[in-house]
Amino acid sequence: MAGGTGGGETIMATREFAAHEAHAHAAPQGFIRKWVFSLDHKVIGLQYYFLALTAVFVGMFLSLLMRIHLIWPNIHLPLLGDIKPETYLTLVTMHGTIMVFFVLTTAPQGGFGNYFLPIQIGAADMAFPVLNMLSFWVTALAFIVMLGAFFVTGGAPLHGWTGYPPLSAVPTAGPGEGPGADMWVISIALFCLGALMSALNFITTTLDMRAKGMSMMRMPLTCWAWFITAILGLLAFGVLFSAGILLLLDRNAGTSFYVPLTVFSGQMVAHKGGSPLLWQHLFWFFGHPEVYIAILPAMGLCSQLVSVFSRKPIFGYKAMVYAMLSIGLLGFMVWGHHMFMSGMSPYSAFAFSIMTMAIGVPSAIKTFNWLGTLWGGRIRLASPMLFAIGFVSLFVSGGISGPFLAQPTLDIPLHDTAFVTGHFHLIMGVASIFGIFAATYYWFPKMFGRMMNESLARWHFWLTFVGTYCIFMPMHYAGMAGQPRRYSQFTELHYLEKLIPLNTFITFAAFVTISAQLIFIFNLFWSMKAGKKASDNPWEATTLEWTTATPPPHDNFGGHTPVVYNGPYEYSVPGAPRDYVMQTDPATVAAH
Amino acid sequence: MGLVLLVVIWLITFVSTYFFIAKTWWLPTGASAAAAGIDHHFATTYLVMGIVFVAAQVSLGYFAWKYRERPSAPPARYVHGNNMLEIVWTVLTAILFIGLNLMSSSIWASERFRPAEPGATQVEVTGMQFQWYFRYPGRDGRFGATKPELIDASAGGESALGLDTTDPASKDDVVTGTMVVPVNREVELILRAQDVIHSFFIPNMRFKQDAVPGLAIHMHFTPITIGDYEVTCAELCGLGHYKMHGMLKVVSQEEFDKWLAAREAEKQ
Repeated sequence: MAGGTGGGETIMATREFAAHEAHAHAAPQGFIRKWVFSLDHKVIGLQYYFLALTAVFVGMFLSLLMRIHLIWPNIHLPLLGDIKPETYLTLVTMHGTIMVFFVLTTAPQGGFGNYFLPIQIGAADMAFPVLNMLSFWVTALAFIVMLGAFFVTGGAPLHGWTGYPPLSAVPTAGPGEGPGADMWVISIALFCLGALMSALNFITTTLDMRAKGMSMMRMPLTCWAWFITAILGLLAFGVLFSAGILLLLDRNAGTSFYVPLTVFSGQMVAHKGGSPLLWQHLFWFFGHPEVYIAILPAMGLCSQLVSVFSRKPIFGYKAMVYAMLSIGLLGFMVWGHHMFMSGMSPYSAFAFSIMTMAIGVPSAIKTFNWLGTLWGGRIRLASPMLFAIGFVSLFVSGGISGPFLAQPTLDIPLHDTAFVTGHFHLIMGVASIFGIFAATYYWFPKMFGRMMNESLARWHFWLTFVGTYCIFMPMHYAGMAGQPRRYSQFTELHYLEKLIPLNTFITFAAFVTISAQLIFIFNLFWSMKAGKKASDNPWEATTLEWTTATPPPHDNFGGHTPVVYNGPYEYSVPGAPRDYVMQTDPATVAAH
Repeated sequence: MGLVLLVVIWLITFVSTYFFIAKTWWLPTGASAAAAGIDHHFATTYLVMGIVFVAAQVSLGYFAWKYRERPSAPPARYVHGNNMLEIVWTVLTAILFIGLNLMSSSIWASERFRPAEPGATQVEVTGMQFQWYFRYPGRDGRFGATKPELIDASAGGESALGLDTTDPASKDDVVTGTMVVPVNREVELILRAQDVIHSFFIPNMRFKQDAVPGLAIHMHFTPITIGDYEVTCAELCGLGHYKMHGMLKVVSQEEFDKWLAAREAEKQ
């Protein structure tokens, strides 16, 4: 249990009740204990990070194939052969599922959250280290099962990441809806289990393990974001898990939760009386909070970086906390805006619409506060800050199309068009990916003891920033012109043919942007080996992770427990000897 | 670096905005009674959100340049925020967002809260992988019964819907692959799906509604311009999703009557 010294004794029992001094488990010695089945939150964080890194390259590769197929449908690719229309839908499905679950949910929370939440609150580890290890390995297993779907008879499913039944419930509905679809559902159910265990761990850790003086209102906004994200995860993944089990039963046990009497090419299927809308309600009850699960950690991180690199306290700390809390709360009341065209009652559409517009308010507050922090600052444009500013820009651009889609009236022409694809990629996809990049450049020195190469980081930023705009902004135009989502060809409808040049442009932009990610990968691995040695606090930041050694020792603070005296954003304090006051500096900042 | 950031963010903002303003790609020409209202509200929302978009991006780029660290720059201001400002921008955004929403709610209500007018042209739309079928009730104004066990997809037409020919009401039902409706008269649609969820989308009519297996969804719209309009499927329905299209022909009342009479004559 506790590596070389633990023997047979379980330390879980004490762990649940004791103060965190009792938490320390000795550093493990063997490779397996240290790097594979590790209990150390830092190693588990890295495991999540590299799982997400693998997943993002798989997902990106799938999207590249999609873009190629859209423009050159008859191309014969070496090794992969032809892409057929059904293959295209398989790519759509697997790209979406892998990106949403194994990248956007995994890296910001499982990766950076695991690594830095305990350190930033002054704890030696997460509250439940064994549970933490288990959540990672269940998530990794889920990923393997998901990839396995490609290799079973019929291949991976084509029902989209939203998996609407009856398409996802009836094996004869299309190629890939046989064993591939079962693997897809099982993978998601496993992922939910991992996410639930992880959510419990994050919540308990935040509430119970904070160092002396680290009151909730002294926590860095990153910790608030991880905490709120964990609460959302706890409430949302349970629902998706149940929904997935019902879908598995419909597929394999002859139940009819989601499938009414249906006829596929003249053949009646053995279902009766189910409701396809039930799945949509359950799915989006998870699915909308999921958007915030993906973006909240990036919001927290962006707040952190904007303050650190502007050398200025965050503007409106409390407003930021309340905004995130209200986003979390309102996030559970807006799922119906995905269903305005679904056949749901038009009266409830009206209610969901008002709630959705309301959730735009805290999002706007956050943007104003980021701008307020930049204003009057002394901004250091290092690579983490470039990505943080990029995040704000993308968040605004992706957010601005929200009020269009939130109004059922405007959703009539826009629903299920490329406008939606552009909207959610900017705000949920690329913006949170920018959060992941910013976090990588910011925390890399702490994690690996070396700096990443700054010139390569800048090239990576410029190409990715401009590139993603070139990919996703034109999708809004295509969507307004009526281009439906998930179409593998634009040749069947006359009015779509004039949109082919626009789509060709998007494909070329995707080539450039995806290639630019190789710069990042090179920089990441090259800097681990050959980067400039990092000091303990290279960015001159105030939070606890910068008070400890680089990389942090096994118990995070080398045998002592930090005591916190200040808030997390004390920059440019008048009269202070430096332009930053560490959270652990004894009482140098007057209460305010 | 600050200057490059300013230039890039501003360029992205202005180029994106240019294509919206120039309407290089825009909503397709409206041809229904509701289109003008929807398009007008789209333009209003666009204007309001466009201003917010440009203002936010321009200040972001400007601040990144103006407050960049350089030897001559003053130290950063030590401020923790301003409650008055927080309240002001919270209230303003709330009014703006909720206001926009309320402005458009009457259009939604007229589209979805009321049933079709009596005397509307009735058309039953059935989606199946990967084809739309349209059924007219005929002179008796009643749709005949359909039975799932009678469905023969390969035969097409009436058999594809499983029309029960023993039902007297089905005698004069007309089933077609093209939808024909008279101009300036409300159309009542009854949307159904046989296998998976489809979505009946006519971009020019600003009409979209999912067709869901197990449900019969009643909708309406009023075409106001004679012409041919493409019908698409907007909900992922399987491998042929991209080619599940149809045609809506809006014709004069006389032409419609003539067309329907000819279809009924064919049946006899």
